[in-house]
Amino acid sequence: MRTFDVGNLYYKDLNKMIRYEKDSDITLKNVMGQRFIGCALKNKKIDITGIPGNALGACLNEGSVITVHDNCQDATGDTMNEGSIIIHGNCGDTAGYAMRGGKILIKESGGYRMGLHMKAYQERQPLMIIGDKVGSFCGEYLAGGTIIILGYRQNGLCPVGNFCGTGMYGGRIFLRSSCLPKDLSPYVDAHVATKEELDSIQENVEEFCHLFDIDNIHLDTDKFYVISQSKTTLYKKKYTAV
Amino acid sequence: MKINNYQSEYKVLRDMDRCIDCGLCIKECSNLVHQRDKKGKLFTVDKNCVNCHRCVATCPVDALKIIKNDYCFRDNCSWSKDDIVNIYRQADTGGVLLASMGTAKEYPIYWDKLFINASQVTNPSIDPLREPMETRTFLGKRNTKIEYKKNGDIVIQEKPFIELSTPIMFSAMSYGSISLNAHKALAGAAKELDILYNCGEGGLHKSLFPYGPNTIIQVASGRFGVNSDYLKTGAAIEIKIGQGAKPGIGGHLTGAKINKDISKTRMIPEGFDAISPAPHHDIYSIEDLRQLVDMLKEATDYKKPVIVKVAAVHNISSIVSGIARSGADIIAIDGFRGGTGAAPLRIRDNVGIPIEFALAACDERLREEGIRDTVSLVIGGSIRHSADIVKAIALGADAVYIGTAALIALGCRMCRTCSKGNCNWGIATQREELVKRLNVEEGKERLVNLISAWTVEIKEMMGGMGINSIEALRGNRLMLRGIDLHDRELKVLGIKNAGE
Repeated sequence: MRTFDVGNLYYKDLNKMIRYEKDSDITLKNVMGQRFIGCALKNKKIDITGIPGNALGACLNEGSVITVHDNCQDATGDTMNEGSIIIHGNCGDTAGYAMRGGKILIKESGGYRMGLHMKAYQERQPLMIIGDKVGSFCGEYLAGGTIIILGYRQNGLCPVGNFCGTGMYGGRIFLRSSCLPKDLSPYVDAHVATKEELDSIQENVEEFCHLFDIDNIHLDTDKFYVISQSKTTLYKKKYTAV
Repeated sequence: MKINNYQSEYKVLRDMDRCIDCGLCIKECSNLVHQRDKKGKLFTVDKNCVNCHRCVATCPVDALKIIKNDYCFRDNCSWSKDDIVNIYRQADTGGVLLASMGTAKEYPIYWDKLFINASQVTNPSIDPLREPMETRTFLGKRNTKIEYKKNGDIVIQEKPFIELSTPIMFSAMSYGSISLNAHKALAGAAKELDILYNCGEGGLHKSLFPYGPNTIIQVASGRFGVNSDYLKTGAAIEIKIGQGAKPGIGGHLTGAKINKDISKTRMIPEGFDAISPAPHHDIYSIEDLRQLVDMLKEATDYKKPVIVKVAAVHNISSIVSGIARSGADIIAIDGFRGGTGAAPLRIRDNVGIPIEFALAACDERLREEGIRDTVSLVIGGSIRHSADIVKAIALGADAVYIGTAALIALGCRMCRTCSKGNCNWGIATQREELVKRLNVEEGKERLVNLISAWTVEIKEMMGGMGINSIEALRGNRLMLRGIDLHDRELKVLGIKNAGE
């Protein structure tokens, strides 16, 4: 394992060091907002203390695991392909934008536009789990994959901000909540999660709770909603060719 | 009683003295214009005809002819036939009018109001056949400061750049909007010509990876098919912010066109709508754009130049000035008359500004701010021939993108019904039996012919001006004069009137 005390190191130099480091197990200490850490990383593990900057783990590839022991900034996991990003704190806006595979696990809360335009393809099914709550526009333009928001500090209050799932045309958003968001778009469907649906996320949720030591999530008794694309009023524009 | 609001636009005439009843026209027309009745007699359904000339061009005895149907409404200077018929269409369907290719409306074409200079008596002209003439073009950041090592040697700053044998590239057309064979022809021609083609936002088909060194790969808001292998494959990466035919709106490839191969390339399920949102939702400022530029550079180890493509809109010079500071190496500006596979008609015909003004304004602005050399300018959207290219370079472009002209070289007849997916020429279709009509080798050769001929013409015009290097033509507005332009237009274009 290789350890770097990052401090004020310039992000380009840091990322170059990571890129050319032969050891596949890297620990970064004292990270101070350096951007693009682990960009397009393949088959390496990075363990981070301190605050990584924007676009952590962008274009992440298979075999990579990034663990952050503090909070994260914006655009985490932008267009990520595979691998995992595990955040033991909060995460800024637009995490998982257009992500196509792998997992982003956030213990606490996320900012705006979490999981924006995530997509799924064959065996690649992106997954984002957020322990507490998120800001507005969560899952906007969602095209595939699964976003789970557990609201573990919310006592049943709705854990999402405004316009959740606006424009989604695929994928699923699970909310652990006693009620649905008040301003849910008419272009999405929402229903109380069925047992089959909850079974499909059980393993992931249990793993998440175990990882972050969260003990108040009960899939069998807690109320979960599923938001998905509307089957009746598809979010489609009508065209007439000239 | 059913009212028919639509008369056929064209009439297909068959010369019965010539027709040998071979039925080839039935086979060739995907729009089902030619049919046989129960008794086997050939007849035509004129309303299906889009005037793509496929039947005319393939008829072995030259028996077919397409003419305009001269049906008309009562003369009215305010309400054209199109205005009236489009109201019928929308009243019938409630749909947004969808059009293909560049605007067909009669807007001024400023290229045609610009005249190119030539040498007489003094500064002699140069004959490109006998003297060296350089069209080789480099796109990317230029070093603005020379630095020296202690021993006096110049420090060579390696910046990623694109090298082109001639200042022409094939503009972005995605796999999905056009066929794989069209892509293969463009890729093959780019390789042979030592220029670049742009794969558009639909990802890169596996079979085209070997053409990587001649490929610009595109990252749009949908991020289809984008992963680090894809990013590393191309010669350059283009971030698509906007498109001249539809500034401010996104893209929508309908599920019907997402077949197995396209699904694999875009990495989305078959039959699934591919939606590119109007904005990049992570870009709200120049700083945010810089983040994406830097991210793409990080993902490719700073080896690829990054292009940012925007549509020509009202404040384009401020926008371009911002982009030049975002770390982008090249800025592509797509003009108002640019083409598209499908765009809402009203947006295509009314949003944006002509590229001639956008280009002149941006070049001027970047010069004023002293940052012109930190970025290259590529323009597209209406380049029809080599003279347009010479004028564009003299107005300040480093190179041009061509899209429609390349498709015409591949056989496109500009019937402008790309969005329907029934292209009889195998270009804008995904129907296998139609795609195979486009012969890749032949298409490639035709593209090579076109660009080679244009390059000769460019050299001849340069030679005429006494210029032997394309670099010396760039932004050389003294080589242009305007006609039929008022003072304000001349001012924005930064040129003098003919005779001045």
